[in-house]
Amino acid sequence: MTHAKNFRPLLYAVAILYACVSLLPFVWSVYTSLKPTSDIYHTFVPFGHLTLHSYSDIINNFPFLRWLCNSVIVATIVTIGNLIVNTLAGYAFARLRFPFKGALFYLFMAVMMIPSQVLLVPIYIMLAKLGWINTYQGLTVPFLMNAMMIFLARQFFLGIPQELEEAARMDGLSHWGIFFRIVLPLSRPLMATMTIFTFQGNWNSFLWPVLLTTSDDMYTLPVGLNSFYGQYDAYWNSVMAGVLLLTLPMILVFLVFQKHFVKGISTTGLK
Amino acid sequence: MSMGTSETPTLIGRPSVEAAGMPPRKRKPLGRNQKDEALAGYLFVLPAIASLVVFLLGPILVAFYISFFNFNFLDPENAKFVGLANYWHLFHDPQFLRALWNTTLYSLGVVPTQTVLALFLALIVNQIRGKTFFRVAYYLPQVTSTIAVSVMFIFIFSQQGLLNQFLHLFGIQGPTYTNDPKFALASLMVMAIWSTSGQFMMIYLAGLQDIPDEIYEAAALDGASGWRMLRYITIPSLRRVTFFVVVMSLIGTYQVFDQAYVVSGGDGGPLNSTMTVVLDVFTKGFKTMQMGYASAMAFVLFFIILILTLIQHYIMGREK
Repeated sequence: MTHAKNFRPLLYAVAILYACVSLLPFVWSVYTSLKPTSDIYHTFVPFGHLTLHSYSDIINNFPFLRWLCNSVIVATIVTIGNLIVNTLAGYAFARLRFPFKGALFYLFMAVMMIPSQVLLVPIYIMLAKLGWINTYQGLTVPFLMNAMMIFLARQFFLGIPQELEEAARMDGLSHWGIFFRIVLPLSRPLMATMTIFTFQGNWNSFLWPVLLTTSDDMYTLPVGLNSFYGQYDAYWNSVMAGVLLLTLPMILVFLVFQKHFVKGISTTGLK
Repeated sequence: MSMGTSETPTLIGRPSVEAAGMPPRKRKPLGRNQKDEALAGYLFVLPAIASLVVFLLGPILVAFYISFFNFNFLDPENAKFVGLANYWHLFHDPQFLRALWNTTLYSLGVVPTQTVLALFLALIVNQIRGKTFFRVAYYLPQVTSTIAVSVMFIFIFSQQGLLNQFLHLFGIQGPTYTNDPKFALASLMVMAIWSTSGQFMMIYLAGLQDIPDEIYEAAALDGASGWRMLRYITIPSLRRVTFFVVVMSLIGTYQVFDQAYVVSGGDGGPLNSTMTVVLDVFTKGFKTMQMGYASAMAFVLFFIILILTLIQHYIMGREK
């Protein structure tokens, strides 16, 4: 587009301006987390006054590390569980023939439109009866399947060539053998996308953990941060240190796996 | 069931049911190999089915059932069948009506703004170098926890926060925005727009890359200006994407909870100005223990989302 050339500097200016809007809250949070408590409300603090004190404060005086561990444990279990459950189902729907397959698949697609908030009361009751409130089981077991991911897996498996699987079948491999030895090793892009989105979703999840945890030793990071903010909202430097503890791991994952994020959004977002 | 954040559980969208169409196949009596295959098939889907039945279909039936009762989990003996009374009462409950109104306002504030912003940013980023940098910069808010986003913005919007310090340069003295009934809901809108626009921008960017270059080349030969190309080629070609983005964004905004919970400390204040539907479900269900009533409320939300999804399937299906 020839005309666009004249606008080019303007385009860059606007793009950079919005990048600033997008990044400013992060920068401000990092900066605030480095301020000493006495200077929290001073906009600019001399460089020499900046300190890591708030980080040692939240780690030594509050259960932030425990919350971090809880988040890592819960998100890891949920992610591994989802990878197994959803790829198995996705493969069956893509490749195996069995009665009522179509109907079952439609069922999974249909439940995607159920908002999970409808399940708050019944799941809470169920977990309370099982004695699973405030336990790792309660935070993980109900969340091991995701219909969207099953769909994603099925689409991926439909897209890989069938010849390898047929050759393996000739060689006498069982369906399990084919899946684990032939198909899964070919599925790294799928696994990467599923891992990233499941882990991110669970890491940032708040509604369920705030409902399902009752004591601060079982809080996940978002729940812990919310409760810490509720009690110590005058200590913005420590609150912001907590914000960064919660945020940085996901930002790092995003930066490292950036390509998979882009792919995941562009290949599935428009299906 | 997904445990994703309530604001954007739909990052990768919901596929249309049409996409599920199975290739036709012949029905034959099952031979030994087919039996093996069918058995394997059932075993492969078994974990997913188990989870579906135990943690989704079962619970939703339970929720529907107890929505016709006065039910308190701590006092199950006194559960009383009340028919449609919970649903009837909902539409005379000032707090729920306020929550529905707030949530609708929130959606109306967020959805058009972020859709236009996302398209605008995608058009710009598509034209310039450094795409990777801008994509990363715009998408970072999306990978950030809504709790972190809320806390960061509460600080920026506080009495002596960054926003007020900036306005002070112009002699304006602002309030603590998140704690002022006039501004609290608007603060939530700003947070949502800031944190999800990047995601929708990515979807638009992918959509832009799907428009064939030939169309632009042909238009350029005909002497079309950049603006006319945008008006008559780009925006119409992105119709499906826009529709998808708007519906996803509506579904997401109707489920807003996290930010309202953090900003108000869980009570929807000040003066119910941040009470949303899901927050109301949460308070009724687990603070005042009116679980039947909360379930009825959740089904109203389900109904709204169902309508939105069906409209989407209908239009997306027709467009195909």
